[in-house]
Amino acid sequence: MTQLTELTLAAARDGLASKAFSAVELATAFNSAIEAANPQLNAYVVTTPEKALEMAAASDARLKDGSAGRLEGIPLGIKDLFCTEGVRATACSNILGEFKPTYESTVTSQLWRDGAVMLGKLNMDEFAMGSSNETSRFGPVVNPWKRQDGANASLTPGGSSGGSAAAVAADLCLGATATDTGGSIRQPAAFTGTVGIKPTYGRASRFGIVAFASSLDQAGPIAKTVLDSAILLESMCGHDPKDSTSLQVPVPDFAAAVARGVKGLKIGVPKEYRVDGMPEAIEKLWSDGIAWLKDAGAEIVDVSLPHTKYALPCYYIVAPAEASSNLARYDGMRFGARVVGETLTQVYEQSRAQGFGDEVKRRILIGTYVLSAGYYDAYYLRAQRVRTKIAEDFRLAWQKCDALLTPTAPSAAFGLGEKSDDPIQMYLNDVFTVTANLAGLPGISVPAALDSQGLPLGLQVIGRALDEETVFAVAGVLEAQSGYNAKAKVWW
Amino acid sequence: MAVDANTVRRVARLARIHEPDSRLESLAGELNTILGWIEMLNEVDVEGVEPMTSAVETTLPLRDDAVTDGGNTQKIVANAPKSADGFFVVPKVVE
Repeated sequence: MTQLTELTLAAARDGLASKAFSAVELATAFNSAIEAANPQLNAYVVTTPEKALEMAAASDARLKDGSAGRLEGIPLGIKDLFCTEGVRATACSNILGEFKPTYESTVTSQLWRDGAVMLGKLNMDEFAMGSSNETSRFGPVVNPWKRQDGANASLTPGGSSGGSAAAVAADLCLGATATDTGGSIRQPAAFTGTVGIKPTYGRASRFGIVAFASSLDQAGPIAKTVLDSAILLESMCGHDPKDSTSLQVPVPDFAAAVARGVKGLKIGVPKEYRVDGMPEAIEKLWSDGIAWLKDAGAEIVDVSLPHTKYALPCYYIVAPAEASSNLARYDGMRFGARVVGETLTQVYEQSRAQGFGDEVKRRILIGTYVLSAGYYDAYYLRAQRVRTKIAEDFRLAWQKCDALLTPTAPSAAFGLGEKSDDPIQMYLNDVFTVTANLAGLPGISVPAALDSQGLPLGLQVIGRALDEETVFAVAGVLEAQSGYNAKAKVWW
Repeated sequence: MAVDANTVRRVARLARIHEPDSRLESLAGELNTILGWIEMLNEVDVEGVEPMTSAVETTLPLRDDAVTDGGNTQKIVANAPKSADGFFVVPKVVE
């Protein structure tokens, strides 16, 4: 029999329902796997093995008496950005100290409502600001995948949801929560051979998720398969009066959409996503993806998104501006770490200087600068106008197609330390993903091939606002047609 | 619009982040690199374009003006660096 930790979420759910194994057995298997692997991978920053067993025992009782929820007994990892009652949440920043939330985020509370079991909190870039997990206060996660060149270099799992992606890829949970502000779900999913979806802005409540850039932040799952991600997303979404941007719309049956097929759909291929210096393997994967969808009955159309190249610079005004405002709350007074000084200003300045890491400080400074008197119009207001143009590009594209197919990231996973000295090189990781955040659209990354070094590569599908179902349908076909089923070779 | 050490000092003060004098020059360099890249946005014709302030087209909902929560003092101060009798204890701000 396959090891329990190697099951997909859907298969584990079937196994629990048919009593092939119990929720406690499943949680126990994950607890041991995490204990053995985490010293090498650093995916979890808090483990909650006892809580997992307690929740699993309650799940077993509900499975027995027929009151099981749709995620009953399913062990999940939670990104450290989510507030979890009584379990430390730090956004992997020193400034939050040993913060133990006294309330639960809406998204996680919905997962527990449906019977899921918590295994622990997952590593990430500090305040979700990073693409390599290297800005975490707890040190980087190591990607379970290795290049086949024999050099044994440690690779990044991507970021900011690097812990979520690595934990799923290494079978240290059946699925994980993640968040995406510029690509933080999709890029790590692509780097680890996992599936990650960012839903339409407003689908999932932001209540209880540490804020980075409020007009861009969205929660979503990272999972082993497209179906697993659909099952999780359904639980995570839904209207929440505690988030004023949460949409009052019903949550469709996402899982049912996965097998819907693409017959008759028009799939757009945006020419601006063909960037200089893109590795050949990614070019090839993209053409393969086009061929797979055509074979499955879709019509391929060329589309243009002319403002694509302005998306990242636009993002690096909007996101830091919002972050500088959101992170003003960390003042050493009500929670987190306080550094004692002689004057009140010194307390603020020292607490923040010592509590924030370099990348977070850099973004707060940029955000403060572009919002400051004399620069607001030239930078912030202009960026918001460019954002309108980017959203318009998509609106025009939807007149010609139902979904877009692009690569997820411009490269495969790179080595830890390879890009950490050059912020702009690091920012370019999000070149294909950030447009969906600016326009508020759903986007998924599906693993679909390995490159010449044996590293996974992902394809991205972007859909219309609130049309995750088409996104899942296209992703389902890509997953099936690619026949991708590679796993990282266990070295940990 | 190049940033110099003095501007960094001013912005860091606005952001309430202490940056030692020795860091100001290198920070100015880092910010200029990023801001220089961002200048690309000046190529876009945004004449008459409305700024986008929300990711989805939706009106902000109103709720009833009613008390729905409260009495959580202990929970609120539970994570305070310093608290006493249900209050936050902060450094003295008036002489």
